[in-house]
Amino acid sequence: MLELRHVSKSFGQKQVLQEISLHVASGEFVSLIGPSGSGKSTLFNLIGGLLGPDAGEIYLNGEEITNKHGFISYMPQQASLFPWRTIIENVLLGQELQGKKDYELAEAMLERAGLGDVIHAYPHELSGGMKQRVAFIRALLSPQSLMLLDEPFSALDEFTRTDMQKWLLSIWEDYEQSILFITHSIDEALFLSDKIIILSVNPAEIKDVIEVPFIRPRDGDLLLSEEFLQWKKKIIDVIQF
Amino acid sequence: MKTSLLKKVWRPSLAILLFIGLWEVATRLFSIEEWLLPSPSDIVMEARNVIPTFLPHLGSTVTLSVSGFLIGTTVGLGVATILHLMPRVRETFFPFIIISQNMPIIVLAPLLVIWFGFNALPKLIIITLACFFPIAVSALGGFTQTNRELVHYMKMMGANKSQLFWKLELPHAVPSIFSGLKIAGTYSVMAAVVSEWLGAQKGIGVFMTLAASSYRTSRVFVAIIVAMVISLAFYGLILLLEKFFIRWQQKGENV
Repeated sequence: MLELRHVSKSFGQKQVLQEISLHVASGEFVSLIGPSGSGKSTLFNLIGGLLGPDAGEIYLNGEEITNKHGFISYMPQQASLFPWRTIIENVLLGQELQGKKDYELAEAMLERAGLGDVIHAYPHELSGGMKQRVAFIRALLSPQSLMLLDEPFSALDEFTRTDMQKWLLSIWEDYEQSILFITHSIDEALFLSDKIIILSVNPAEIKDVIEVPFIRPRDGDLLLSEEFLQWKKKIIDVIQF
Repeated sequence: MKTSLLKKVWRPSLAILLFIGLWEVATRLFSIEEWLLPSPSDIVMEARNVIPTFLPHLGSTVTLSVSGFLIGTTVGLGVATILHLMPRVRETFFPFIIISQNMPIIVLAPLLVIWFGFNALPKLIIITLACFFPIAVSALGGFTQTNRELVHYMKMMGANKSQLFWKLELPHAVPSIFSGLKIAGTYSVMAAVVSEWLGAQKGIGVFMTLAASSYRTSRVFVAIIVAMVISLAFYGLILLLEKFFIRWQQKGENV
């Protein structure tokens, strides 16, 4: 579904991305992991069409989307909810931008996501974790079939984060959406994804791609299993190499 | 709720009462002539006599300032929008807008009468000139200070320029537009009174000049106080509207 072919990008003298080629299949959950400053956000801006690559092309469902926007759905690091809109109005924003609103679907989805009580509340009345849930539902409800998630849980505390990861899986597993997920937590990447892409820094290149073998649905016990720790060690070795 | 309001209000009320008391005592103690500085009690007496004849003047000024304020608001928001959406135009014309505020209105007023005559037009121009600036500046400030993260989200989602403006920048600027409206609201009454000095049949300004030229100083004070009350009422009305429009905002915190 999403394909990047030999994408490179520099800012002035500094090369940020070098020859990045990657692939996200339909319904696949792919994580991008790498140290800070490895150009992950730049990569997102390229896919979103906010920046143009110096070389290479980006395809979505076989169609070239290099330099074009409106083809992906996005969830930023900060929830970025609009404070003057109620939760339901916020959730409908992605659809609104593309033209058609489905109020009933949004309502049903909020109910299912455990946000039924706050449909008509304003964002400032919600906790950090709740806001991120709303932001995720907003991305999921947008009509685009690929979601980019930019470190969505990094601002949350440890307890909330684990809850959020489980919650995200439980919601996402019912939908067809593909996800490209930026994180710098190895645990998070392993727990959530089908595939992990490890990036190096200065300039970012793809170091390795790891297929995660755990079956779905996954639960919290997985995080403490022997197998999980072995995979974690494997990834650390790749990063440090 | 009521007790907290009382708590807030008693200090300034006491200060005002004290001030009025001192004024009263001072005028009596030093036996200051009424035409020089009338005592508060003189002003109240005068007000009682004069209010019935005063009402048509009041209506005229209120109408004038409200219409001037509405035109000024429209112009201010329009100017801010154009300057925001077209950066080139902004660079070219922003200095003119600043200059428009450096012209002393009192000097400009007679010129406007020469050009447009003694009708409502020059008066409305004066009020508009006084009102549009605070609104334009505050709206422009609100537009440019739009939260970067929200802008980034909108762009990533493929929002076009008009969606960005109507769905994000404009609602984001509402609180700051309201601070401009509050200033413009008080200016509008002042500007209306000044514009009536130029020559009008009715209005607080007319009443004021007549009273001043015949040394009926207590009458001037009545006019001043009435203008103040109108101005305050305006302010209160805008405050109420503000409460209604930004009820989503948490106290003491933005976004």
